[in-house]
Amino acid sequence: MTNAVDVTGLVKAFGDVRAVNGIDLEVRQGEIFGVLGPNGAGKTTTLRMLATLLPIDEGEARIFGVDVRREPHRVRQILGVTGQYASVDENLTAAENLRLFARLQGISRRQARTIAMELLDQFGLADAADRLVSKFSGGMRRRLDLAASMITRPPLIFLDEPTTGLDPRTRGQMWDTIRSLVVQGSTILLTTQYLDEADQLADRIAVIDHGRKVAEGTPEELKAQVGSSTLQVTLAHSDDRDLAMAVVRGVLAGEPTLSPESGRIAVPMTTADDAADVLIALRKAGVGIQAVNVDRPTLDEVFLAITGHGAEERADTAAGTGWPGGTNGDNGTNDTSGVLEVAR
Amino acid sequence: MSTLALPPTIGQAGAGPATIDPAEVVARTSSRPSPSQAVAQTFSMAWRATKMMRRNPEQFFDVTIQPLLFTAMFAYVFGGAISGSVSDYLPLMIPGILAQTALITSMATGVQLRDDMEKGVFDRFKALPISRLAPLAGPMMADLIRYGVAATLTLASGIAMGYRPGGGVLGVLGGWLLTIVSGWSLAWVFTWIGTLARSAQAVQGMSMLIMFPLTFLSNAFVPAESLPGWLEAFVKVNPVSHVVTACRDLINDGAVTAQVGWALVGCVALVVIFAPLAVRSYARKM
Ligand SMILES: Nc1ncnc2c1ncn2[C@@H]1O[C@H](COP(=O)(O)OP(=O)(O)O)[C@@H](O)[C@H]1O
Ligand SMILES: [Mg+2]
Repeated sequence: MTNAVDVTGLVKAFGDVRAVNGIDLEVRQGEIFGVLGPNGAGKTTTLRMLATLLPIDEGEARIFGVDVRREPHRVRQILGVTGQYASVDENLTAAENLRLFARLQGISRRQARTIAMELLDQFGLADAADRLVSKFSGGMRRRLDLAASMITRPPLIFLDEPTTGLDPRTRGQMWDTIRSLVVQGSTILLTTQYLDEADQLADRIAVIDHGRKVAEGTPEELKAQVGSSTLQVTLAHSDDRDLAMAVVRGVLAGEPTLSPESGRIAVPMTTADDAADVLIALRKAGVGIQAVNVDRPTLDEVFLAITGHGAEERADTAAGTGWPGGTNGDNGTNDTSGVLEVAR
Repeated sequence: MSTLALPPTIGQAGAGPATIDPAEVVARTSSRPSPSQAVAQTFSMAWRATKMMRRNPEQFFDVTIQPLLFTAMFAYVFGGAISGSVSDYLPLMIPGILAQTALITSMATGVQLRDDMEKGVFDRFKALPISRLAPLAGPMMADLIRYGVAATLTLASGIAMGYRPGGGVLGVLGGWLLTIVSGWSLAWVFTWIGTLARSAQAVQGMSMLIMFPLTFLSNAFVPAESLPGWLEAFVKVNPVSHVVTACRDLINDGAVTAQVGWALVGCVALVVIFAPLAVRSYARKM
């Protein structure tokens, strides 16, 4: 069976910046494939090249066996694309948008009307059908954008950061929607900054950084590299940190990391049980603890494990934007982490 | 919105199986849009443009206020000096204002299209399997309405000020049509500039540089013979002069002269040269 996406040696340079620097991807039919990476990693640029929105500088790209460079018009008939920023018309109503996109794709006036109503209904926008999109909230725009990509039931759908900027509830709804698309036989290539999201949705994940693929595998394989969860211990006295690091190293195999400014130690664990061993050992050594917290690994920790440098370090080189995945601004990660906050 | 789960027969209602067969979809694809598809897509894009016009009536400011203002202003300021009286100046000036209006309106087409292209929805137009001509030709087709409004108002305000066109109804109709055709043809030049420029403002700036010499170094407001020799030479080859003369012949004399023919040939040339340039530049760069 041909792969949904076959990419080798993909390159895009903007002046001196090689935004995409030799990426290989293989997306199999029927799977959700996640491209995970921090802001500025080259996710959007990769998708835009595959969607014929940006010329490919170097490399080969095929969508269901069709060459993207040679036959862009054919590729456009196979793909549904939902960009990072909703590409719908602000000056039209939701229904008018869908009807326009349907008509442009050769669907009859009458059929277009039917499809528009069906899709609006299915994406929970029926009540807003005749409202101007300029009055829509961010979440509604995203849903309309996704609905617009579904008009012709494309076998392959690209989703560029489908939940960035959505509140946790809307994000959960978007996840359900994405899963239901696969049930109908679509293949999905999505990008995300959240390990949590890739973990929830993707069958396989490629981690990219600086325009290169740095790791690939199932979510389980990736997480195995960083442990299944992380124990965060905030020390009562930051003077204790060398002692505490030594104690932790004595108990567990994984290498702990220290954030000096907060006096906090992050310990990768294979099972949550390990937490008890660490805490007991610390108590025996007389290390005072201010707070304890068990988290799923963040993307930052995955990065650290894979590349040897944190994702945050490069945030300032990447388009100057902040890095919501690594630190604490990430709703998704906090939602699902088993928090056990112990105030002293 | 309790559930967003999609039932199996989303989309093309009743047609096709519940699950998607990629091989079948690939087999159905065509390698390029057919001419009839391109035409249908252009009409859909024109429909979008008329919707936007209806929702943003301020888009009509330039084609309503401007012709009224210019007609009155030019008539009272230059009328006495150039032709001795306002009423004697009108037959000379109204065709000039018509040509100027066509030029200004076509410039606005380029600026507005460029502005539109920066919106997110153009990303979708680019990703859709549609002719690269449609997103440009659609709005331009809808803009025929604007040229029509501008030309009508210019003529109407002239008539209100006492202008009595000698060419009769048919002559006026001919001049009106020629104005619309030349505006539309010129718009391809500004659309092409729009696909090259970095921003809508840049289009505006560049277009002004083209527009001012073309209108004022023409016979639109003064007889070419009154100018110094070197300027007269330029004015005589300026395509705007040809359109102005053609409009005068039609509206004032009801005569279909060689100038009318040349004006039309010029329009066809503009479209033949600049439409493919614009489409190619749009498909490549945008
Ligand atoms: N049009 C462009 N011109 C110049 N540089 C760009 C352009 N688009 C993206 N870049 C740069 O390419 C890199 C990758 O960007 P992008 O693909 O948007 O990353 P991501 O989607 O992973 O956040 C960034 O450093 C960005 O600044
Ligand atoms: Mg991006």
